[in-house]
Amino acid sequence: MTTTVGTFCSFCGGEAASGDHEHCRARLSLIDPPRYCPECGRRMVVQVDPMGWTARCSRHGETTNAAQR
Amino acid sequence: MTTASTETATGTTGEGDILAVAREQVLERGEGLSEAQVLEVLRLPAERLTEALALAHDVRMRWCGPDIEVEGIVSLKTGGCPEDCHFCSQSGLFDSPVRAAWLDKDRLVEAAKQTAKTGATEFCIVAAVRGPDEKLMEQIRVGVAAIRAEVDINVACSLGMLTQDQVDRLAAMGVHRYNHNLETARSHFPEVVTTHTWEERWETLQMVRAAGMEVCCGGIVGMGETLEQRAEFAVQLAELEPDEVPMNFLIPNPGTPFAHLEVPQGPDALMTIAAFRLAMPKTVLRFAGGRELTLGDLGAEQGMLGGINAIIVGNYLTNLGRPAEQDLEMLDTLKMPIKALNDTL
Repeated sequence: MTTTVGTFCSFCGGEAASGDHEHCRARLSLIDPPRYCPECGRRMVVQVDPMGWTARCSRHGETTNAAQR
Repeated sequence: MTTASTETATGTTGEGDILAVAREQVLERGEGLSEAQVLEVLRLPAERLTEALALAHDVRMRWCGPDIEVEGIVSLKTGGCPEDCHFCSQSGLFDSPVRAAWLDKDRLVEAAKQTAKTGATEFCIVAAVRGPDEKLMEQIRVGVAAIRAEVDINVACSLGMLTQDQVDRLAAMGVHRYNHNLETARSHFPEVVTTHTWEERWETLQMVRAAGMEVCCGGIVGMGETLEQRAEFAVQLAELEPDEVPMNFLIPNPGTPFAHLEVPQGPDALMTIAAFRLAMPKTVLRFAGGRELTLGDLGAEQGMLGGINAIIVGNYLTNLGRPAEQDLEMLDTLKMPIKALNDTL
């Protein structure tokens, strides 16, 4: 499961505190890796592989779930 | 539009009940349904879904056998595609959140190893391109050689439209199967893609077959096609005689022209699976992307018991799938054996 914890929504890139992100959370919980950095909202470079994903923000570095799956 | 003046709400036509006809024609004789017959199946009322799935499962068991073919896929080159396939988040023409990325050789080989550990017999390398350039062809040559040297698995590729020279080179590399989806019915294709034609895709598939590679060709259900066009597509695929048909269900991805479309409904998707099996009794029919949203866990099991005999495990190209272990547990629960590698050669 991908999380949206942070200032920005990892699915849509909008501010996490404003707007309705229920759809975003549903997508992230089922089929989507994070696309936006939760800290700054920048689009990340995301590589999906068969067992995990890696997402890299140019400012905040790399996150991955590869080891968990 | 197909005329069905004698059709009733239960699926009975002038020929008789369509599932009774299919039982004799498809199950007993192995002859796929015609376009008009596929349409009759697609129009069956919801209360006959269970019956249609059971027949499709019987057809699969009779003409394909009990084994399930497992495959993993990986995106070698993500995003930045010059084509405008309206369902695809990897087009560089849309305002999609997907950014360009390349996978290096070591991670490619590691992905193949992880896939092989699941019992998969097929590993497909995919690139978001119109067709491969020389840089990509060289990466494929190096990557395929490295996988074949280190991993006991068949290698497939999906690199868009090919020239004859590229087809020949991929065959010489030992690529086992080539994927190139027609995506949808010929009549609906211009509503889905405008930067190339259905016929261009068909030409690549013919070259692939002639070069001795297995042909993998399917599409996506739920891109605004009518039931008539869905039936048309099933029969066009049958005419191609592919070794494998991957069945995807639309994921409305942000930024794409199809972002506004609804996720296909589960019963509709399941009836489509049954109808495609009845159109192609002897083809590998693979669960591919979108089943997690459209069908959920229960629907996935229904599909496996409704004509499907292959599955992509793990993640897809830009979207995530269920954990591979979950699908393997499902196959174990359903007592469906995984096809062994030596059965595919």
